[in-house]
Amino acid sequence: MGLVVAENITKIYSVVATKVSKDYQAGEIAIRALNEVSFEIEPASFVSFVGPSGSGKTTLLNLIGCLDKPTEGKLEVAGTDVLHLDRKQSAAFRGNNLGFIFQDFNLLPVLTVFENIEYPLLMVQNIPGGERKKRIMTLLEAVGMIEQKDKFPDQISGGQKQRVAIARALVTNPKLVLADEPTANLDHKTAFMVLESMKKMRNEFQTTFIFSTHDQKIVGEAEIVYSLEDGELVGKQVKGGEKNA
Amino acid sequence: MRNLFKIAFRNLLRYKRRTLLTASLVTLGIVFVLLFVSITGSFKSMMIGQMTDSMLGHLQVHRKGYLASIDNLPLNLNLKMQAYKKLEGILNQQLEIEAISPRIKFGGMFSTFVETTNIRLNGVYPDRELKTVPLLPSRVTNARGTSLEKGEIWIPELMSKSMKVNVGDTVVIIATNKDGSVNGKQFKVAGVLESITGPGGRDGYIHIDDAMEVLRMEEMEVSEIAIRLKDFGRLQGFSDKLEGILSGELNKQGKPMFEVHTWEKLSPFYNIARMIDIMAFFIKLMLIAIVLISIMNVMIMAVYERIREIGTIAAIGTLPGKILSLFVLEGLSLGVLGVVAGNILGFIIITILNFSKMTFSFGRQTGLILSAQVAPMDMVVISLIVIVISVIASLQPALKASRMEPIKALRHV
Ligand SMILES: Nc1ncnc2c1ncn2[C@@H]1O[C@H](COP(=O)(O)OP(=O)(O)O)[C@@H](O)[C@H]1O
Ligand SMILES: [Mg+2]
Repeated sequence: MGLVVAENITKIYSVVATKVSKDYQAGEIAIRALNEVSFEIEPASFVSFVGPSGSGKTTLLNLIGCLDKPTEGKLEVAGTDVLHLDRKQSAAFRGNNLGFIFQDFNLLPVLTVFENIEYPLLMVQNIPGGERKKRIMTLLEAVGMIEQKDKFPDQISGGQKQRVAIARALVTNPKLVLADEPTANLDHKTAFMVLESMKKMRNEFQTTFIFSTHDQKIVGEAEIVYSLEDGELVGKQVKGGEKNA
Repeated sequence: MRNLFKIAFRNLLRYKRRTLLTASLVTLGIVFVLLFVSITGSFKSMMIGQMTDSMLGHLQVHRKGYLASIDNLPLNLNLKMQAYKKLEGILNQQLEIEAISPRIKFGGMFSTFVETTNIRLNGVYPDRELKTVPLLPSRVTNARGTSLEKGEIWIPELMSKSMKVNVGDTVVIIATNKDGSVNGKQFKVAGVLESITGPGGRDGYIHIDDAMEVLRMEEMEVSEIAIRLKDFGRLQGFSDKLEGILSGELNKQGKPMFEVHTWEKLSPFYNIARMIDIMAFFIKLMLIAIVLISIMNVMIMAVYERIREIGTIAAIGTLPGKILSLFVLEGLSLGVLGVVAGNILGFIIITILNFSKMTFSFGRQTGLILSAQVAPMDMVVISLIVIVISVIASLQPALKASRMEPIKALRHV
């Protein structure tokens, strides 16, 4: 028993959200996009937030990704209280601790596959050349894009782009990778392949993955599934059993 | 930094036509400015050279008050022997001076025994005059040499033509001295002077001893001393220095005896030279406007087109300062592209112009060969201006990009 307590104290959660709310000001009235959401996400987990459009998934991922601030509540990401970071500190925090995967892939069109993955190492972190190359090649290998490394984004398919984006998100060794609807622009087969890649990365690098989706078919890929409805957390599903929050 | 440049450069290549158009605009602007500055510049220095080296000298010293009534060539405002000797002594000590030439200037009548007109005469020591205004001989035509002996006269082309007087003919000069007595003397025409714009169109030259004789001077008096410096570039500095030295020389009433004037005060061409400078300034101003507007326009578009890319790089942690530099470097590269092309093209065009030996006329002088010279300093200054302006032009769009909220930018379609 004593051992379990000790373990709980020293454990650093990837995310701890306590009664997090977010209001948007739309003219005169405030819209509550998230209402007192609380949860914890453990390191190296593969988590999904599911819900219909407008349920607050993007809002929540933006908060965890330090792209926006909650209106109320407490939020810790990778052991850091992110509420009080200013603009520049947020940017630095994102660059050092987080990886992002976007719905539209968002690769830089003027850079090759290799250079896109290199970008955060050059422009965000300052990783020396040899180490840079090693990391990029490892990831290119892992996502199966070695052959395409000198191609530009407009010369590869959507699924390939998203695999490059996964490599770009992971190349900085982030503690947490956030992906808002990463498969929304992909057909089902490709979507599953991309999720497989993400899971494989999690297994290899022990990185926490949090993704959102409104697509019930791919939710099954997640190990923990949180359900959102109208800005409220309405359910938590752990693979192998179900329990309500 | 190299990577920032790489990205900026590739972004420029992304819209090849737009980049090409904007860079060509900058290039054209630079070419025009270089052409204008170098052609007018050479024209200016050539004209200044003509003025100073064939007539005025670099600067002149007169008795105080002479210049105000120079149109009448007043004999009563000449420098008396004593003052002249003192001045000459002072001038001989100035190391900056290459040569000086004392002149007696007076107005008189010029007669061919058939016709009579008025003339302005310069009595000079021919050897000293030629050292002070070395281009003077180039204006003398029909001469049997460039020497001017006693009893000889160089007459202006104007009179030679209208009164049909030629080299070898005998003429009479009649003048009234300051006491009012009239005297005349025969001269032999030894040369005809091509005219030059401005005062001087009716100027003839005789030996200073003859001038003294015509004016019945017992003791030498001079109207002015023309000075040539070793280095024309030091003109202003030397003029100030000389003025300082001469201001200590007072007459019996305790007033300064001498006045110093550079060619600028002595020739109306100075105003033309000033006009050229002002025009060059406005042309440069237009270049600045062209660069500013065209680069700013391109950069505003570039930022607008790339809002989502800006959102992406901001989201993954690129600091605002880096985003700012990315766009400033893009504008800078565009400017540099134009600068390099403009300088090369400008240089080539000017070289071709010089090679083709284009001629132009100035006043009544024709066939002056245009030798436009691009001063390296001009190229450097113009290039720097354009580069600085490109940075300034991209600053506002770049700031806008760096201040974007990542989520808003990412939502942008
Ligand atoms: N910037 C915003 N301004 C105003 N309302 C917003 C803004 N972003 C989202 N919302 C609102 O917040 C709610 C949740 O939106 P969102 O988080 O985008 O949901 P999802 O990603 O699940 O579709 C919606 O009602 C949406 O209209
Ligand atoms: Mg959404």
